Amino acid sequence: MAKKFSQEHEWVEYEDGVATVGITDYAQQSLGDIVYVELPEVGKKLTKDGDAAVVESVKAASDVYAPLDGVVVEANEELDDNPALVNEAPESDGWFFRMELSDESQLDELMDEAAYKDFVEGL
Amino acid sequence: MADHQTELLKTALYDLHVELGAKMVPFAGYDMPVQYPLGVKGEHLHTRAKAGLFDVSHMGQVRLTGENRVAELEKLVPGDIAILKPGRTRYSAFTNDDGTILDDLMITNAGDSLFLVINAACKDDDIVHMRANLDNGVELIEIDDRALMALQGPDAARVLARFAPSVADLKFMSFAEIDVAGIACFVTRSGYTGEDGYEISVPNDRAEELARKLLAEEEVEAIGLGARDSLRLEAGLCLYGNDIDTTTTPVEGDLNWIINKRRREEGGFKGADIILDQLANGADRKRVGIKPEGKAPAREHTPVLNSDGEEIGEITSGGFGPTVDGPIAMGYVAIEFAAPGTKVDLMVRGKARPAEIVELPFAPHRYYRG
Repeated sequence: MAKKFSQEHEWVEYEDGVATVGITDYAQQSLGDIVYVELPEVGKKLTKDGDAAVVESVKAASDVYAPLDGVVVEANEELDDNPALVNEAPESDGWFFRMELSDESQLDELMDEAAYKDFVEGL
Repeated sequence: MADHQTELLKTALYDLHVELGAKMVPFAGYDMPVQYPLGVKGEHLHTRAKAGLFDVSHMGQVRLTGENRVAELEKLVPGDIAILKPGRTRYSAFTNDDGTILDDLMITNAGDSLFLVINAACKDDDIVHMRANLDNGVELIEIDDRALMALQGPDAARVLARFAPSVADLKFMSFAEIDVAGIACFVTRSGYTGEDGYEISVPNDRAEELARKLLAEEEVEAIGLGARDSLRLEAGLCLYGNDIDTTTTPVEGDLNWIINKRRREEGGFKGADIILDQLANGADRKRVGIKPEGKAPAREHTPVLNSDGEEIGEITSGGFGPTVDGPIAMGYVAIEFAAPGTKVDLMVRGKARPAEIVELPFAPHRYYRG
């Protein structure tokens, strides 16, 4: 399925019942050099728009919100050793976590790529 | 990004920052570059490896004249200014009657006058404070027709000497009025990165010309406020408003060294009774270096706990040190926990994370002392 995007600059890719979540290229560019990512533990229940992860640049810590309701099934452990992966490949290898969704219909509330592009250009 | 307030002031280098692709942010009433396309980490590492050019024109430049200027200024700072020879610079602080710190500043004996550099966010208050307290014919002149830039890093001396050979001989914390690339500048061998380098006061109408010349040298990159902050934190240097302010005394701030011998004996500066009592009997808390274990940075206002989980202090500056390649911090802890090697916990996002009190700086100073 094609990627979906939130207004908080997370992307979601939904496949086989599991949603992979990360931050967008726009988000990583705004944050600058990522030096630390705090990921949610497997099994953690996330609520749409609630805190899910923390991403830290040299200068500041920023919250990453859950774009959907669900339960974390996997966190990207690569980011523990190489947080710069978020800068290098934000929308592929730099994914943050995977979650099982409580309500797939919430996906419809997210933007598609064209809508997100318009959204970012309007910022 | 939020809209900037229309009243933000611009330095003489504003157009150059924009042209270089800087991300501009409001800082102390000015529209300032927080980073350039190289990024905070890259700018930080470049400054430690070669040379970085910083616009610090938002800081206040002030001249004090009048034959009683030294004695009058000594009423407001705990440093021995009388002992400063012409061409020498000293780091000091304005204290108040509570013995706490109104601002930190650089004081230079410029021969016929004292030349002061004060913090941007404090400069209006500092000037009011000085005008109210400096008597006996001392005149305060605000220098608002000069920009201030800093060239910092191991290649700074080599680069600047191409435009002004005599800067090579200046020692750390020395000052000279020198023509740089044919422009009349005040050059101080100082800075706030822990590296060798210079601060250069230059007429506003020649500032961009000089900045472009320096940036054209292959060793030099433009550096924003983001890297300025990570560099000074690695160097263990205080940021006014974070690490020292009107709630901290110089003794608590581990700045005993700015209270010079004669002033310890004579007093005669604001808050001297409190500060000298703390010098003699110790303070209850102290500013220390704090090294978080692991990789998670701990930011300002993070509580510091002892092994029993009791709060013993707070981080005042914390982040990531690109040269250290890990999280670094400084803050205040109760005096019994201030010894290097003491294990503490930092409460980050509801989790106690181990850390250790360490000696400052995190990155060794590399000043040129001749």
